[in-house]
Order: sequence, then C-alpha cells, then structure tokens
Amino acid sequence: MENTTLRSRFQWLPELQTSLVYRDISLKEIINDGLQPARLFEVAHQHWGADLAHEVKQMNFRFVALWVEDGEDSFTLTACLEKQADYILLRCFVPGEIAEAPSFTPYFPAADRMERHATDLFGIRFPDHPDPRRWTRHQAWSERQFPLRKNFPVSGTPLPLTPPDHNYPFIGAQGNGVYEIPVGPVHAGTIEPGHFRFLAVGETVLNLEEHLGYVHKGIEKIAEGRDPQGLARLAGRVSGDATVAHAWAACMAMENAAGITVPARAVFLRAIFAERERIANHLGDIGGICNDVGFAFANYQFSRLREIWQRDNYAWFGHRFLMDAVVPGGVAKNIDEKIVDAMRSALLRLRGELDELRPILENNGSLQDRLVTAGYLSQELAQAFACVGYMARASGVDYDVRRDAPYPPYDAFPTKAVCSADGDVAARLHVRYEDIYAALDLLERLLASLPRQREILAAWHVPPAGAEGIGILESWRGELLCHVRFGENNRIARYYPRDPSVLNWPSLEKLIHNNIVPDFPLCNKSVNASYSGQDL
Amino acid sequence: MSLFGKIFKTGIITERFDAYSDAEMNQVGAELRRVVDRRFSGNLVIRQVDPGSCNGCELEINALGNGFYDIERYGISFAASPRHADVLLVTGPVARHMQAALLATYEATPDPKWVVAVGDCAVNAGEFGQTYASCGAVEQVIPVDLVIPGCPPTPLSLMKGLLKLAGQ
Repeated sequence: MENTTLRSRFQWLPELQTSLVYRDISLKEIINDGLQPARLFEVAHQHWGADLAHEVKQMNFRFVALWVEDGEDSFTLTACLEKQADYILLRCFVPGEIAEAPSFTPYFPAADRMERHATDLFGIRFPDHPDPRRWTRHQAWSERQFPLRKNFPVSGTPLPLTPPDHNYPFIGAQGNGVYEIPVGPVHAGTIEPGHFRFLAVGETVLNLEEHLGYVHKGIEKIAEGRDPQGLARLAGRVSGDATVAHAWAACMAMENAAGITVPARAVFLRAIFAERERIANHLGDIGGICNDVGFAFANYQFSRLREIWQRDNYAWFGHRFLMDAVVPGGVAKNIDEKIVDAMRSALLRLRGELDELRPILENNGSLQDRLVTAGYLSQELAQAFACVGYMARASGVDYDVRRDAPYPPYDAFPTKAVCSADGDVAARLHVRYEDIYAALDLLERLLASLPRQREILAAWHVPPAGAEGIGILESWRGELLCHVRFGENNRIARYYPRDPSVLNWPSLEKLIHNNIVPDFPLCNKSVNASYSGQDL
Repeated sequence: MSLFGKIFKTGIITERFDAYSDAEMNQVGAELRRVVDRRFSGNLVIRQVDPGSCNGCELEINALGNGFYDIERYGISFAASPRHADVLLVTGPVARHMQAALLATYEATPDPKWVVAVGDCAVNAGEFGQTYASCGAVEQVIPVDLVIPGCPPTPLSLMKGLLKLAGQ
C-alpha cells in the first residue's frame, strides 16, 4: 500500500517528464496559485490521449476528474490525476471546429462517465472511447444540442413533455433461464431516482447496469453568472447529505482563485461542521444497512442517535444539516463557550452509546451472516475504478485527503484513516463505525484548540476575470473535487463539482456480481452513492 | 452490553403527546391521529416521489420514521407503490428527465388522491429554477393540493403539513 510513502511533493515529476520526452510529449508548466495544491501542465492537443494516458497509467496515477470549459474558439480539457497525494492537472485545448479528443477511458475506466458527460453536454467526441452510448443526456435535449456551450440558452428549448428515455441500449444476454429485471427510476422506498437493469439467473445477479441522469437539473449551467454567495448556496444543494462538504469545496476553490485567506476560527468551524456531517451520515447509514437485512434494533438505535445529533445541530447552528453555514470567506455561524461545552458532553455521550452498541452488532451472528462476504469489492477493482472514501478504504486502498494531502485545519491535526482489506459490506460498515470514533477524536481536538479571535469572515475582493481555483477535500463519502473559474465582475464562468459518487457508482455494478438480487438493497446501501451528486 | 440490555436501558423514546414537553409536537400529533382516524379510517398512505431533489428532503421524510416521531402511530404509513397511496409527497424541482415518470406515478395513483409539494424546490423551484433540464416547481407538471416549504422542512413542519392536508 502506498500510504506510508506519502508527502512526496512531486518527487515523481522528473520521472514522468523523462518518460514523456521519449514519446515526444512535453509538459509545459503554468504557474497558477489558485490551483494549489495541484500543479498545472499544458499538453499539445495531438498528444492528449493514448501516449499520455499510457505513460501516466504506467506510473500508477489515480484518475481523479475530467472536465471541459468552453473557450471562444476552442474547448479546454482538464484532467486531474493523483499520485502519492500530489495532484497534477493536465490540460489541452481542442479547436472548436473539430471538438474531438482521444479518450482516457481505455487506460482509466474511471474516466468513462466523465467523458460521456462531456460528450452529452459539450459535444466533445472521444472517438476511441469504448462505450459510445449517451450518459447524462436522456431526452430533454437533442443529440445536436450541447447545454454547457456558452451559446446554449440556460432555459433551453424544451418540449411541453419530455419523453421518457425508454430506448437506452442496455447490455443484453441470452441463454437458458436468463432474465432481465428493470428497476426504477421511481424506487420503492424514500430514496432518489435512478434505473437499474439486472440480468439474473435464478436469484443470482449475472450483470447489473446503472442508468442514471434522471435528476440532472443543470447545476453546472445555472452556476454560470452567479456571484460567490450564490454559488456557495447552489453548491450546498448539489447533494443535500454532503451540503457542508460541497459548500466548503466551492468556497475553497473561489477563495483560492481570489487569493483570500480564511480566518483561523472559521477554518476550524468548517472542519467542525464537516465532521458533524460525517458522523450524522454514518449513523444514519449504519442503521440503514442493518435495517436492509431486517435487524430493526440497529435501525431504531442509530436513527435515534442521528436524530439527537441533528437536533443539536438545529439548537446550536439553526439548521439540522448545516446548510448555508459555509460561505465565501468564512462561515455564517459562530459558537460561544456554552455551545463548546454542550458539544463536548454530546461527544462523550455519543461515544458511550457507540461503545455499548458495537459489541451488540459484532456479536450478532445472524447480522454478521448477512453482511460478511456480501457485496465483495477486491482491492484491484477498487483501484481500477479509482474508488474513494470508505468504499476504497474498506477494500484496502488507504487514502484520505485529510491525512494525505491535508488542508487547513487538518494539516495541524493528524487524522486517523480507518482501513480494512475485507472489501465486503461488513468491512464498509466497520470502516464507517471506526470513522465515527476518529471524527469524535477530531472534534474533541478541534474544540480544545479553537482559535479565540472572534473573526469568522474575511472581506471578499473581486478576482480578475479568468481567475480559476480548485478545492479538494475529504467529504464523508470521500475525496471531493471542485473547480471554479471567474468571469467579469465577480461572476462565475464555470463550476465543476466532482462528487465522490461519480467514482463510487461504477463499483456497485461490479460488487453485486454473484450476489443474489434480494441483497441488492443491502449492497446499494453500503455504497450509498448520491444520485443528485452524480447527475448534477 | 447485550442487545436486550441496551433495549431496556434505552427505554421508550417515542415522544408521547401527553408527556412530551414540546407542546407543539404534542398537539400536532394528537390532532393528526384524530383527523386520520376520522377522515381516512385510521390509515393515511403516502407514496414519496423524488423527481429531482438534492436528497435533503428525503433525509427529513425518512426521519419521520425514527423513534422520536414514529409517524406510523398516527396512522400514517409509506407505501412502495403509488397504487396503494392516498397522497403523493413530491420533493425537488421536477427534472425534465423525471417528468414522464412523475406523470406516470400520478396517473397510477387511484382517486381520490392528494399531491403535497415538499421543500422550497418543489414549491417554487428553489435554487434551481426552470431550465433546459428542470421543469421547476411540481405544480408545473401535476396539480398540487398543499405545499410544505423549507430547505428542507423539518420533520415537525412535515407533520404539521400533513395535518393541514388531512384536515382539509
């Protein structure tokens, strides 16, 4: 595992440059402070794709994100890759007339959906892409319309009724006893919509295909033209359960672009909000996972703990999910000594409850019987699909942005990242359980050294047109990346959030193999990827 | 600690109308029970539909089932199929990609039926508005009988909204 070799600070860069020279590819570094901690390199258009992808693949980079910007007469393609907790941005310019680029997907499966998203929204074609089917586009706009191009109106040209997307070419199978099960987009429970197509024999799943994009509401498009406060509000609604993380990442990107330093107390408060969000979600999901195998006791207990936790959020910060608590330049909510004390005792109480519940879950044979070996994801697959967060860590891929590429305040608080090599639902539950303990530790330490200055909001100053910034942080689901570019007059020209779900959804298609169809809700819950965060 | 030990130690947390100190919830709960008994023969069935929310509203609707609110004790339950439902609880702006699915769900719900738009996005399109990808508020697609604003509405305001609906 790579975790022990971190903090390399680009020691691998000379090796990469040398290997690229052999292929006549040169990386031209562009110094851009807004993009820190990543470094930006420009690559000639003709070198994008095969040769470049081959070399970075050889050097075991992890694929992080790919996004497009519409320039005047060309498109800007940016790919983000990570190695030993250092991030590089590779960028090329694609002439608008051709709008064609080689694909990263044959080398990095994780690039698949991001490239198809770019095709559907920008009209950039990737001729060597192994899966030419549409992804985000259903029927709300035609094959020849590209909503994220600057000349496409935000209101679009919608039909009175958008037809259902019933002719998506799913993978088929033929054989004795093979049958298809279509599920969704409206699911049986109180959850988000998406479509799943199972191929099964008896109860065993042969193949699962996801068809998402149902809750695409044009977030990237409506972000354009907003002011920083407006973008932070929108970012907080990319995925409601990760509202703090998304708002923080967007603010981090905007602050980097504008060169603004956030007051120390606000930085601590952001981390307190983010850790509280992490704990709330883990509590709810642990109960949910147990509930999906009929262990109602755990659902009752953990939903109780989650409710208490959220009532505290409401009492102390005025919102049960802490929406709109993170704002550009700092935070909107401060805390006083009374809240610090109350929060401390709440941490102790929750720790006590978790200590009591842990042996009950661990010693329950019928629960473990359902969780152990269910939904197994190997380390190889987790790496191949570039999984992040608890999905990766439960399959032995030990990476956590808070610890490995720390940003304030985590740079001052070494964070424990919990890892397991088992790869099954039980491992994901275990990792998340221990993650709560780690977050409780962190909260205690953050409260103990909370800076005393009362200032929680830095003055905003308008960044020059064209300024760009990046935000990379560890949300409760895992690594979250956000890119922002400013236009004229403090207005957003481009917003691209990459929710961890984009990378974790494809692994669900893999880990379900050889499980039974009735265990799908369990496997799905253990992944708990966001539909809204992936559909945008 | 053992499983049964924990159960006994936790006790009953469900907030009782008479004992709970929050007078508001006390009153809302008792009233809800009465109205559901009288007008819905003791059982009001909800089908929740998300045609575009950010999932914040879903979390709060789910919270209605936790031990504190335990909404089933008032005779309100959630169904997997619209064919079993009296009420559609719709969240989010309606994504154009979900327009047909929402209409089909509405059509599949037997009369008499009621539609409740839950959350600011469902009520007035919220942060997302009406775009190439979003139809905006729920009433743009199906008729709405009641709105419950909030981003997201708290479980208590959801209960109050349902009370208003049942009492109409």
